[in-house]
Amino acid sequence: MSAFSIPVPEHQPQWNLPARGPVAMYCLIAAEAAIFTIFVVAYIFYVGKSATGPQPATVLHAPIFLTVCLLSSSLTIHIAVRSLRKGNVGRFAWWWCGTVVLGGIFLAGTAREWRHLIYQDGLTIQTNLFGTTYYSLVGLHAFHVVMGLGALTLVLAFAIHGDVRPEHSERTEVLSMYWHFVDAVWVVVFTVVYIIGR
Amino acid sequence: MSTASITIGHASSERPPLVETLHQWVTTVDHKRLGVLYILYALIFLVFGGIEATIMRIQLIRPHNDFVSPEVFNRMFTMHGTTMIFFAAMPIVFGFANYLVPLMVGARDMAFPRLNAFSFWLSAFGGFLLYFSFLGGDGLYGAGNAPDVGWFAYAPLTSQTFSLGHSTDFWILAVFVSGLGSMGTAINIVATVLCMRCPGMTLGKMPLLAWLNLVMGGLVILSMSPLTAAQLMLLIDRYLGGHFFDAQAGGSAVLWMHFFWIFGHPEVYVLAIPAFAFASEIIPVFSRKAIFGYPVMVAATLAIGFISMSVWAHHMFTVGMTAAGNTFFVLSTMAIAVPTGIKIFNWLATMWGGKIQFRTPMLFCVAFLFQFLIAGLTGIMLSAAPFDWQLSGSYFVVAHFHYVIVGGILFTVFGAFYYWFPKMSGRMYNEALGKLHFWLFAIGFHLTFDFMHIPGLLGMPRRIYTYEPGRGWDIWNLIVTIGVFFQAAGTLVFLGNLLWSKWRGVAAGSDPWDAWTLEWSTASPPPAYNFAVLPEVRSRRPLWDLKHPEDPDWHYE
Amino acid sequence: MRIIKNTVPIFYTAAAAWANPASQPLSPTNIFAPASTPADNISALSFLVLAVTGAIFLTVLCLLSYAIVRFREKPTSGLGEPAQVYGSTQVELAWTVIPVLVIVVLFLATVRVIASIQNATPPPGAVEVSVIGHQYWWEYHYAHSNVVTANELHVPVSNPAHPTPTFLTLLSADTDHSFWVPRLAGKTDLIPNHPNSTWIDPHETGLYLGQCAQYCGVEHAKMLLRVYVQTRDQFDHWLAQQSRPAVASDAVDAGRRTFESIACVNCHTIRGTAAVGKFGPDLTHLMSRDTIGAGAALNTPANLRRWIQNPNALKPGCLMPAMGLSDSQLDAVTAYMETLR
Repeated sequence: MSAFSIPVPEHQPQWNLPARGPVAMYCLIAAEAAIFTIFVVAYIFYVGKSATGPQPATVLHAPIFLTVCLLSSSLTIHIAVRSLRKGNVGRFAWWWCGTVVLGGIFLAGTAREWRHLIYQDGLTIQTNLFGTTYYSLVGLHAFHVVMGLGALTLVLAFAIHGDVRPEHSERTEVLSMYWHFVDAVWVVVFTVVYIIGR
Repeated sequence: MSTASITIGHASSERPPLVETLHQWVTTVDHKRLGVLYILYALIFLVFGGIEATIMRIQLIRPHNDFVSPEVFNRMFTMHGTTMIFFAAMPIVFGFANYLVPLMVGARDMAFPRLNAFSFWLSAFGGFLLYFSFLGGDGLYGAGNAPDVGWFAYAPLTSQTFSLGHSTDFWILAVFVSGLGSMGTAINIVATVLCMRCPGMTLGKMPLLAWLNLVMGGLVILSMSPLTAAQLMLLIDRYLGGHFFDAQAGGSAVLWMHFFWIFGHPEVYVLAIPAFAFASEIIPVFSRKAIFGYPVMVAATLAIGFISMSVWAHHMFTVGMTAAGNTFFVLSTMAIAVPTGIKIFNWLATMWGGKIQFRTPMLFCVAFLFQFLIAGLTGIMLSAAPFDWQLSGSYFVVAHFHYVIVGGILFTVFGAFYYWFPKMSGRMYNEALGKLHFWLFAIGFHLTFDFMHIPGLLGMPRRIYTYEPGRGWDIWNLIVTIGVFFQAAGTLVFLGNLLWSKWRGVAAGSDPWDAWTLEWSTASPPPAYNFAVLPEVRSRRPLWDLKHPEDPDWHYE
Repeated sequence: MRIIKNTVPIFYTAAAAWANPASQPLSPTNIFAPASTPADNISALSFLVLAVTGAIFLTVLCLLSYAIVRFREKPTSGLGEPAQVYGSTQVELAWTVIPVLVIVVLFLATVRVIASIQNATPPPGAVEVSVIGHQYWWEYHYAHSNVVTANELHVPVSNPAHPTPTFLTLLSADTDHSFWVPRLAGKTDLIPNHPNSTWIDPHETGLYLGQCAQYCGVEHAKMLLRVYVQTRDQFDHWLAQQSRPAVASDAVDAGRRTFESIACVNCHTIRGTAAVGKFGPDLTHLMSRDTIGAGAALNTPANLRRWIQNPNALKPGCLMPAMGLSDSQLDAVTAYMETLR
């Protein structure tokens, strides 16, 4: 059963399409941005509407240090990826490790903040609208940090084991796009929760 | 052009043992096999959804009927809507996209074959989870634990207070899981269209099907997420004591409605735009003319996709938004009628001056034009908010959206089945049975959904398990129910035709329709690698150029 | 608009007469038989929309029919493909501009009606009622009065020269509901924690039917509406009658004591007695209503007894439980209910 004959060109012309990894990651970022937008909208909608229970102005204290850590981790991951692209795997591993550490500090700090809120201030997800929207939004972000850190740690393990090579720089760049997104979301969450919402 | 050429042959092989065949199908990452899996899966759930609809229509055939209890009826309409949208229509759309997009853009597979398989099995699991809900409670007789909150699950009916037990949770989790699968497939489609086109196929030279699936993918990515977010919020309310939609604590039921419809409206375009894609491929081939106004068709689709994200609250005209809010959504909804109308005119202009062949795929597409026109016009009626204050929540709206989904989308899907069945199976379907299916289904469709508008105009609300005599609704409900049996008969003829033709049909060859896009240049069914050598194209209809070297498209584009 | 408004009754009457020589209305809930200003305005707008969409439909249908007949492949068509036409800027411009103009017209007409209905404020003399939706019945509180009743709404007829509309504030005690009496107005939802407002000014006395139009649970289908439009005198008389406490009659003492000792008082109010429950309908003037169970059955002694014995027999899934009364208790309580005029 033969089909149509397609002529084969003698020379292949220049044909450059975008790489599929970054395109897919941009799509994922768009989808995640939409999810976060809905949670942010809910948060803003319910600002000031909690009739009882702890209020943002009394219990929230802007986590400046944690924010600096997280945003710096964007810088460190950027340096790491650039190093790998230039061929320097050792430098890559160190800066990548720094990113993981900074992300870990952020998570640990968030956990500490939540422990204080729950046990000292009596704010849980059930307490009032503020509690529900706060823990959902910040928690969703923290979940994405956890997912990101998991992926970053895996790559760190590969790097330590010596399996990461300069030709993997595009893949690490795709991962770093996700990490930058997580940081950008934190900027929005921080602004909405600790600045506007208070 | 060179002188060398490669003829693609179809390798024959011995049939492997059944277990190995099953194993291949379950572990496949081939876009064509996954496409077929999606389509078969969708057909099964289409039948389930149809049974649920039949049960409802028998209950409503006369006032104060007692064919089923109110509890069962309420579970039926919830399951019918959820099944048809998430487990019949979306898988069909994804199935055809999976099968056709790589072939049409001259690629060997989707951008991420393993993600493709993972997404399919996630979505499939969602369907099984939803139907698992029938077990438990009174079991199948009492429709068990199936959800009964309606397919849009308005709060606070879905809170623990008003929905005890786990029926609502089945709805939430099944749709949530399949939503993740949908997002994976959408990312795959977008990446394939943007990154895997064959040399020479710029975005302006892609088949319209590729463009429309690209827009569909973008819509899924942006619109599925709000539903996922809202469902997470609902789970937090139900299980962690959250108050997102808890009126007692100051929560808002209207917020759920906004979030749901921000998903819900683009969702219908997710289903409709691939239907447009099928019509845009079938109508030109059977009119023997190029599609009229390709650039505007693309622009109109982009406009539809964009505007569709801003019309959602036309589902909420009755909830008490301000006059300004209502006015905005009237404007955006009426605006979306313009690019949609343009598309209908373009299809009509494609047929104009052509040489129309009324084979089964074309019959379905011509009926689609007629029916989608009516659906769009009743949509304009509903977009006039005060008119909607009467018609919303009534059988008029039910008739309208079934006109879109069955009369518009399902008809083009049937057309697509007949058009691409030869490519997928290597056999021709039986044309006489195809026409019989068309006429049976069209008669049934019109009996049911034309007359369904009338009870709505006479004040019959939706989602009621019975109604009072003396409201003037009785005769219309009877006619509506009769139509169901014609549609069922047509569907049986369709399924029988597919099965019979798969094994006994005449060999189709690679290009039975004398068509012009790349999928017809390879064998039927295509080999696993699609193309021996990736093609290079110079126009939107590469096969037209090859068949008409004296008058190729790239002279005119 | 006025031309359309004036011809609407003619069309409707003609259609009704054609449909049934005895001139029974097509349906007591026909949206094209408006009897109140909001419904009138909507009906007029709908005729404009129907006319426009009808014209579009006929035009495209003619073009489509012509195309499939004139351009179908015939044995005499010959070989070869027809002329390939890729587009036409003029034609495409025309069929973009014309729909835009049509949309502008429809939009402007629509905005006017939205404003006329949503921006209305109660004039002096308007009746104000709070409607509270429950699973599966309607509670009415008349403002400036102590009248609380259920399921059957009484309003005064409104003279267009000196309008006395009824403004309804819509609230919900549980899930979402929707108040829809098609001949009087479009529907408006009742959403917990989200007060809504609607109004009606019926031009003719009579009984207007409707029902809940937003799925609210198992017995959504049996949450019926009855709106009694009365003359001003009749309405004032009714309101005065409703505001009196319950009739107290010694003959039904046994029934009243049974009612007060079994859990009935936890849910029901009978003004002037110990029963002050708020969960179920106010029963003070139960016998002034034509139906029970929000339209589930006619208000006859037999139905009432059956309802009290087991509400789920008449309305399966409704929230009133069967109280397990003995036959004599049932007789006594029913007799007591029968005195609550």
